[in-house]
Amino acid sequence: MINLWTSVGIWLGALSTLAIWSFLYKDNPFYKIAEQIFVGVSAAYWLVYTIYNILIPNLFSKLIADPKGNWVYYIPGVLGLMMVLRVIPKFEKASFYPLSLLIGTTAGISLLRFLKSDVLAQTTATMLNPFANANIAVMIGQIIIIIGTITGLIYFYFSKKHQGFVGVNARIGIIFLMISFGASFGYTVMARISLLIGRLQFLFGDWLHLIK
Amino acid sequence: MKFTFIDRRWIFLLILLGVGLPLIIPLGFKLEVSPDAQMVYDVIQSTNENRLVIVSFDYDPASKPELHPMGYAIIKHAIEKKHKVVCTALWPMGSQMADEIFHNLQKEMPELIYGENFINLGYKVGGMVTIQAMGKDMRNVYPKDASGKSIDDYPMLNNMKTIKDFAYVVSLSAGTPGLKDWIMVAKDKYGVSVLGGATAVSTPAFKPYVNDQKQLNGLLGGLKNAAEYEYLVGRKGTATAGMDAQSVAHLLIIAFIVLGNIAFFLNYKKVKE
Amino acid sequence: MNYVLPLIITFLAGLLMLVSEFIPHKPFESLVSELEIWFMIISGFAIVLGQISLLKMNIFKIKYKSEGWKYCIVTLSAFFIMLLVGILWGTESQAGLLGGGERIIQSIGEKPFDYIFKYIYQHLMASMFSLLAFFIASAAYRAFIARTLESALLLVSAIIVMLGNTSVGTSMTSFLPQSLNFLHLPNISKFIMDYPNTAGQRAIIIGAGLGIIGSSLRVILGIERSWIGGKK
Repeated sequence: MINLWTSVGIWLGALSTLAIWSFLYKDNPFYKIAEQIFVGVSAAYWLVYTIYNILIPNLFSKLIADPKGNWVYYIPGVLGLMMVLRVIPKFEKASFYPLSLLIGTTAGISLLRFLKSDVLAQTTATMLNPFANANIAVMIGQIIIIIGTITGLIYFYFSKKHQGFVGVNARIGIIFLMISFGASFGYTVMARISLLIGRLQFLFGDWLHLIK
Repeated sequence: MKFTFIDRRWIFLLILLGVGLPLIIPLGFKLEVSPDAQMVYDVIQSTNENRLVIVSFDYDPASKPELHPMGYAIIKHAIEKKHKVVCTALWPMGSQMADEIFHNLQKEMPELIYGENFINLGYKVGGMVTIQAMGKDMRNVYPKDASGKSIDDYPMLNNMKTIKDFAYVVSLSAGTPGLKDWIMVAKDKYGVSVLGGATAVSTPAFKPYVNDQKQLNGLLGGLKNAAEYEYLVGRKGTATAGMDAQSVAHLLIIAFIVLGNIAFFLNYKKVKE
Repeated sequence: MNYVLPLIITFLAGLLMLVSEFIPHKPFESLVSELEIWFMIISGFAIVLGQISLLKMNIFKIKYKSEGWKYCIVTLSAFFIMLLVGILWGTESQAGLLGGGERIIQSIGEKPFDYIFKYIYQHLMASMFSLLAFFIASAAYRAFIARTLESALLLVSAIIVMLGNTSVGTSMTSFLPQSLNFLHLPNISKFIMDYPNTAGQRAIIIGAGLGIIGSSLRVILGIERSWIGGKK
């Protein structure tokens, strides 16, 4: 019985794949139906997982187990309900209060974390002494990092017109950015092809048994 | 000039054949282990026995072909080194990814036992803020594991108080929230070593974090690094099997770029004339 | 007046986060710990809100027979089936209202929620994203043209990285002697990734980081208030 259901499942998976891929020929109802099933199932999945993994263990269980001791959890509970009230236009403004808490917290944390990790640590990591290296490739590489980072930043500085000294440096910055975008494109190709490989491994392996 | 406007469906067909055929008839190209994969391997290899480690599943089935093989290889390696693997997920579907790896790996490794050297704490929303909360009281963030059982019932977690009790964090990351949040909080705030397994799309953006500040202690990027890690831990999986197809597809795409440029410049010359 | 209290809450929450970083002691430390857990719970409700909005939008489309309304019936059916099986039998590791679902597992091998996830949802999602492989191939042919020096650099860098990240790239230059090892394709690719790419990406990271710091400050100080429908 289980084997039958597994086979049915594999066929469902294969048909789902083919329905989505039918879009490559042209837009059609099979694709649209598959797309809408994807949206519906996805939304329900998020909802179920949020209830089982967050709302029950972090809120409801605590309130049920010890309502007096954990009274403080009524506050996020009420704020959460106020957030949900946003679906009713009349009570939309109630959601501003929980939203303000989320936005304030995120802004505070982001400010600190981005300052430390993306500005200070990255700047420190650029403060290199290339001439301390015996390896010539590393030395050249580190010089590239220093020049590339500084000129790249100059390119992003739009408060001054890109002319003269700033213009020359911004132009050098573009060169580094382009090499970087090229590398990103190469890696993007790799990623997308990997996804296709995954699909074909399923179709040729689990479904058609062409791969051992 | 019709050459320029070839119906794109021919290109689709070529790419399908280019990826599909090498999967059925492998070509057997050689694989070299890169320093990137070796870096991650060395960190896990040099971590002491019985240390708690986090593997965070920050992806969903869309990125499974790239990140799932990394998950298998890394957990296998950690269990072989007798680390205690604690799985978490910043993406809702990540929890199911962790379960799938556990069930399949258990068939190969009888020593992998739930609650003894492996546990899945499930999904938590909030990204960076949640990781910051783990730095203060991990047990408050995860009062229960993914199955709803209290974490107090698992002796392997007795020493777990905050994120600082972990030897390293591996984030298998397909986007936000993910590896960047772990670097910013787990490493840069709490000083825990962070290793990354990223999709190839996001790998170039994570490269600057592999620096002398050790914001990232190692980074696996995409299918190639996944295949290399499979080689290092001696478990040939889907990443290794896909490398021939990846090679042929890359060659095809390079051929498309060259042909597209030839067509463009032929056209350009004619217009100029 | 409607906006004043939310702006004060935003300011206090942001300020608390900043202060606790520099004074990691009571009462700031414990207040922040509590706030972080609240954040997680409220975010959970925000997800619930998202799903309710999706339902509402689909129901309206059906009610007013907007374009493609018939497909909304498919969306809603898929949503309710998945939700129902999730609530009744639970997920792989969680029991539902009908218990652990041992009987149904004996018949179909797993719980219905996991069955749909494993055999339908997972494949739909993976197939949807795999479409990008076809489109990127088409884009490579049509749009990736070396018209200028900048685009030529982008193109050369992309080709080297693509070759360097495959087994075929490794094989192509494996005949080179040790003295010319730096010309080995994976090594050139690694050099591009480790240096020029790192430089370019780092400039983006620092630039974006400064931008985020600026916008966070604007939010905390109440200058940026578009999230509550304000003008700025």
